[in-house]
Amino acid sequence: MSGRNRRGRDAMGVGLAALNRISSLSVIDRFGLRKPLERAVFEGSRTGFRAVGAANRTFAAAQKRSKPSRPAAVTGRELFDLNPDDDQKLITEATREFAVEQLRPAAHDADETCATPSELLKRSVVELGVTSVGVPAELGGMGSERSTTTGTLVAEALAYGDMGIAVACLAPAGVSTALTLWGDETQQATYLPAFVGDDVPAAAVAVTEPTPLFDPFALATTATRTASGFTLDGVKSLVPRAATAELFVVAAALDGRPALFLLESGTSGVQVEAEPAMGIRAAATGRLILQNVTVPAGALLGGGTAETYADCIRLSRIGWAALACGTGKAVLDYVIPYVNERTAFGEPISNRQAVAFMVANIGIELEGARLATLRAAARAEQGRTFAREAAIARRLTAEYGMQIGSNGVQLLGGHGYVKEHPVERWYRDLRAAAVMEGVVVL
Amino acid sequence: MINLETPKKFDLLINQAHQVSTEIFRPISRKYDRVSSAEPGGPIKELDTLAALIDGMNSGGEGGTGARGVRRDSKGEEPGNRNGTNMSSVLSVMEACWGDVALVLSMPRQGLGDAAIASVASDEQLERFGGLWASMAITEPSFGSDSSAVSTTAVRDGDHYVLNGEKIFVTSGSRSNAVVVWATVDKSRGRGAIKSFVVEKGTPGMEVERLEHKLGIKASDTATIRFTDCRVPAENMLGSSEIEDAGDATGFAGAMQTFDNTRPLVAGMAVGCARAALDEMEDLLGQAGVEVDYDRPAYVQTGAAAQYLQMEADWEAAYLLTLESTWMADNRQPNSLQASMAKAKAGRVGVEITTRCVELAGSLGYSEHSLLEKWARDSKILDIFEGTQQIQQLIVARRLLGKSSGELK
Repeated sequence: MSGRNRRGRDAMGVGLAALNRISSLSVIDRFGLRKPLERAVFEGSRTGFRAVGAANRTFAAAQKRSKPSRPAAVTGRELFDLNPDDDQKLITEATREFAVEQLRPAAHDADETCATPSELLKRSVVELGVTSVGVPAELGGMGSERSTTTGTLVAEALAYGDMGIAVACLAPAGVSTALTLWGDETQQATYLPAFVGDDVPAAAVAVTEPTPLFDPFALATTATRTASGFTLDGVKSLVPRAATAELFVVAAALDGRPALFLLESGTSGVQVEAEPAMGIRAAATGRLILQNVTVPAGALLGGGTAETYADCIRLSRIGWAALACGTGKAVLDYVIPYVNERTAFGEPISNRQAVAFMVANIGIELEGARLATLRAAARAEQGRTFAREAAIARRLTAEYGMQIGSNGVQLLGGHGYVKEHPVERWYRDLRAAAVMEGVVVL
Repeated sequence: MINLETPKKFDLLINQAHQVSTEIFRPISRKYDRVSSAEPGGPIKELDTLAALIDGMNSGGEGGTGARGVRRDSKGEEPGNRNGTNMSSVLSVMEACWGDVALVLSMPRQGLGDAAIASVASDEQLERFGGLWASMAITEPSFGSDSSAVSTTAVRDGDHYVLNGEKIFVTSGSRSNAVVVWATVDKSRGRGAIKSFVVEKGTPGMEVERLEHKLGIKASDTATIRFTDCRVPAENMLGSSEIEDAGDATGFAGAMQTFDNTRPLVAGMAVGCARAALDEMEDLLGQAGVEVDYDRPAYVQTGAAAQYLQMEADWEAAYLLTLESTWMADNRQPNSLQASMAKAKAGRVGVEITTRCVELAGSLGYSEHSLLEKWARDSKILDIFEGTQQIQQLIVARRLLGKSSGELK
């Protein structure tokens, strides 16, 4: 393996492969392992499970307004200020409490079962209003101004509890934010009422595609114009709650340029299959397979402008950065007592610079990434340009988020590698911040 | 109300500093890098005029510019969020160091000693020392980071203290007209007995022995100063004359607190120097046909663009950590942790960015045809003085872990 390590199968390889097939069979028969095998086949089919999209409710336009409602850009922020306002303090504290008391204890099982308890999803909607906080009051929501920083603080606080569950909770919020920011009066009247009540549908903004070097500005999923609307074709990857979602916002290339389309999951040609991943498993990620899916002309969001699409990508990168900051803080707060209590060679391991400096660097990089994320969010809600700042928040959390996740495991040594401690889950979750596009649109 | 943009009221100040950088510093940057300040050359004449200008700018309006901006003035304070002189000072230092770090360090009346005076002097002392250009003299041949190991002695004799010892690495020690000297009044009493004294040039027994030849910041002179039975008026001692227990804010602890105000300044220097390299690099990349796209993933762009994006991201983290630490100082919040975080991140990022830019620019960056190689040399000191990278990490670690310097050595 002195360099590129690729060899063809030779005679020995052929023999080994055959032996492997035979021995697996004989082992099963000799030790009566038929049941585990059947179970493995069952698990295999479950991940391979493919079904038509969920279809529960009918979305219909009610009380349509003459023009769409938009939250106003935030104004009057003259001074540099890191203090959240009173409303933000309240909602952040409530979210943090919810995360610590409800999400963290549920995280292990939610990760194992690839599902977030419906009770937690409901509470995030009813008690925290995650789907309505950014929706203007005249549309039944709680906001009047853009709320990107509030969204950032909420995402961060939720991910402090658990990133996977946070993603499951925030996925519908991504759709309600997209409708608020870019929906026309018909789209808003048709879909938003469902997101401001207590019975919020599962929904997600689906952008990511299963391809190496994925670029959200060069999509393989296509939208083709028809007489009455568009036909969508392609595959979307790692869509949260895909199997139960009732509404998607799908990124697809229209005339070679990326755009967003509303898609009800019951539409003919929509299929979903489970796609569990390295992390954020509680979000019940799945693939969304679109084959000759017909949507009406009114499905195109934001007029299909390049700026709408770019803003969606940028806002979701801020969202993933915020999630990574929350999980990164969870790592920091977890390793501090551990390294202070764990002794080796007669004293706490934190008395050693090799350990202490790792903790210091977690603190330094986390704070830097958090400030960059907040700057991007604050610029976005003030109507300033924020492409650069969103990219920076993304880069910092991709780079240092993973480093923090890795060092979190490293600081616990072998104990960090086993599931008695949450750091191995955070390691898996934090990789998502570099991979995922869409979903958490703030 | 969360907002991480700097206020409009500082725009004028920032622009002034930028104009000075462009019109005064950059044109003479190479010249004073070549003429080593280790040769006795006297003051940098271009800077004298400029210093007078800056004195004028400081005398009116909101937003201090230089070293004195770090004073935590409680007068005329309005309730609520403040953006004050800690922030404006650092913002102007960033702009100035975008021009030239070494020349900023050589600015009359803008020494770190001035920052120390501004931080801990009594009102009476501030009045008396206000016009001085003061260097900072802490390091001795036998110690660097361990400031508590001061061996220079100050013995009380009537209305005076008598100083004996040798100080090294005194920035502007030759050109300045005063030095803030750290000395112990009782070696057996440890750090509580370490005091700082303002010693004016010309005081008998004080002698500038030699100047260093350095990797960078060559325009700035770095002096070794010897004190031999040097008699200093007792009222030149900064802070209280009592020998305190650890934790008292006026003596050693007070002197250490000076760092909470000066570390953001040095972090700002690194941020400014790194920005200069990034701006230059962006132009060079443009000439090479490389456009950096913030929206598309780095991995679908050229390797050079991807590296630029990473540098830009690291720079932003350093910039914002620095602003945060000044904002906390302006709002009377303890900021030791954040000041050290800023210094650690900015120090290392400054070196990484400037040296990476030299690599990307190739011989164009490595040769003296551009200033990139100079910035790569200059930036290294910013990861060393006012507390090395490793000292900053120690401080951050101790704060986060709740450990004493005895536990985490």
